[in-house]
Amino acid sequence: MSLLELQGLLLTIVTAATPLIFASLGELVAERSGVLNLGVEGMMAVGAVIGFITGHATGLPIAGVVAAILAGTVMAALFGLVTLVFVANQVASGLALTLFGLGLSGLIGDRYVSIPGFSLERINIPGLTDIPFLGPLIFGEDPLVYVAAALAIAVSWFLFSTRAGLVVRATGNNHVSAHALGYDVIRVRFFSVLFGGACAGLAGGYLSIVYSTQWIPNMTAGRGWIALALVVFGTWLPGRVAIGAVLFGAISILQLNAQGYGVALPPQFLNALPYLTTVVVLVIISRNRTLLRVNTPACLGQAFVPDR
Amino acid sequence: MRIELIRRPQRSARMAVLSPLIAIALTVVTGFVIFAANGVDPFGALYVYFIEKLTAWWSIQDLIVKMTPLILIAVGLSLCYLSNNWNIGAEGQLVAGAIAGSVLPIYFPDWGGPLVVTLMLLMGILGGMAYGAIPALLKTRFGANEILTSLMLVYVAGFALDWLARGPWRNPAGFNFPNSRQFSDDQLLPVIAGQHVTVATAIALVVAVAAWFLLRKTLTGFKIRVLGEAPRAGAFAGFSRNRMVLVAFLISGGLAGLAGICEVAGPLGQLRISVSPGYGFTAIIVAFLGRLNPLGIIVAGFVLALSYLGGEGIQSTYHLSDQIARVFQGLLLFFVLACDTLIFYRMRIARRRPVTAATVEAAS
Repeated sequence: MSLLELQGLLLTIVTAATPLIFASLGELVAERSGVLNLGVEGMMAVGAVIGFITGHATGLPIAGVVAAILAGTVMAALFGLVTLVFVANQVASGLALTLFGLGLSGLIGDRYVSIPGFSLERINIPGLTDIPFLGPLIFGEDPLVYVAAALAIAVSWFLFSTRAGLVVRATGNNHVSAHALGYDVIRVRFFSVLFGGACAGLAGGYLSIVYSTQWIPNMTAGRGWIALALVVFGTWLPGRVAIGAVLFGAISILQLNAQGYGVALPPQFLNALPYLTTVVVLVIISRNRTLLRVNTPACLGQAFVPDR
Repeated sequence: MRIELIRRPQRSARMAVLSPLIAIALTVVTGFVIFAANGVDPFGALYVYFIEKLTAWWSIQDLIVKMTPLILIAVGLSLCYLSNNWNIGAEGQLVAGAIAGSVLPIYFPDWGGPLVVTLMLLMGILGGMAYGAIPALLKTRFGANEILTSLMLVYVAGFALDWLARGPWRNPAGFNFPNSRQFSDDQLLPVIAGQHVTVATAIALVVAVAAWFLLRKTLTGFKIRVLGEAPRAGAFAGFSRNRMVLVAFLISGGLAGLAGICEVAGPLGQLRISVSPGYGFTAIIVAFLGRLNPLGIIVAGFVLALSYLGGEGIQSTYHLSDQIARVFQGLLLFFVLACDTLIFYRMRIARRRPVTAATVEAAS
């Protein structure tokens, strides 16, 4: 493999990892506040289609990105209403959100299948981006890659170095105590869920605007579910979640490349690899119970109704 | 202004009956808005979606055919969910059953008759059970989250089916279509009513009644409910949680597998790259709409079957995407879950009053 090929490979791995980073960081914050939102796939799907259509209609990919974020947030608000205000079962509601989102995206996007869209331009800093090999990798990605990296740092800082982050974690670990201390559990959770939705919407928008520059039905292809698995994989720590996302991006790109190089396996086996890897990784992580017990939000998935 | 929930002293029996009806009504109202927003005459569209298919015998037959796999799968899922096991991979178990059940007709094309069909059904059940056992064992042995593992295995099963139907099992005389050979008539389920209502429907109804009996009248059913509602109490009573995880997954996997082979040996008549329009996921909605009660699931299965056919009707009459069916299904589940809250809680809309010295004094 030449250096140029390696560079191309690394660049595609980064673009494959970026949506996973967004979606899993958002879900991480929601889960840290105690809410398990299984609707990531649905929020991503809606973000992807709304982002694409907006970008296509305005000719401004950045407007598409903003619209994708808003779309994900609206979907999350729906989930928040059902699970936090109406204290419905979170697992079932998350599934409903996914089914609804996938259906809605198919309905809205019906007329936009495979139309070329507008992509974000890659960063170009004269001098720096021209450095051989490393230049395009470090200074020449699309802007959202840097946003993803910054988000991982910001979420980590927020959760573990700010008072608000402490409140979010307290809400997720013991909602009764958080309530007794005077924090509005429902409100904290609602905002965390909205943040998760915004991130999932952004992840979807990234897929349709940057990653493939078009919209096709079911284009999220289970990435929302993989993002959920990444949160467990990263034991609810933002840095580890981001590393996990890059690893998964690498696996999905490498299996595509293996197909391109004509590996003597049926393509379906390689296609199944990312999903099989997720299962294997979950098993390996779950065996380490102490690591999980330290970081798993104790009230994850439990509904809260304030007493009076 | 905010909505407050006040716990009822007892669960409301009235609301238990009313809440699914309210949910359906809310879905219809939302559907009205969705159709209007898409520039479609909402009254006509609602008629096509919800009523037209009930007016002709051929479409009622279609409804019965479509509700059969939904009921089979949802009954299994209800046992899972009642025991707090979140199997959401029924779609994969359905595919596993379809594959396992197709082994005989594909390798022994000339061997037919009641014995073969029975063996096919049994192999379908076993295939689904084996595939369902994977997430169960990963949960009991390693503590791996069954929601994620069972869902991931759906994709894996889909790729396995795709490989078989395009590769080794493809019909050599099939003009390169990704299908297996057409099963012969004596390898298909017998038709018991109309042109294509097969014995599978009867099996589904018997299964639902049997599951109701299991849940309400046997110790196993009691264990399922106790371990679901109060795991600690179940543990003190000596009920094995791990055993129940496996039992729940085996039952629901087996029923999903049965649904799979019943599709292949029924309406489809051959193994294809896709054997289900998402029955495994829609069955989750069926299970909840039926309040996790096997008898309620029969009714819910009919409603969700209508949502599939209605979507097709909308597509052919108004040229909207048939994805509208999934929108309705997702919305319906949302409304069902939200309305279920009314069984245990009363809703009150409270205006937030500013805190003044007087209110603080009154409170103390």
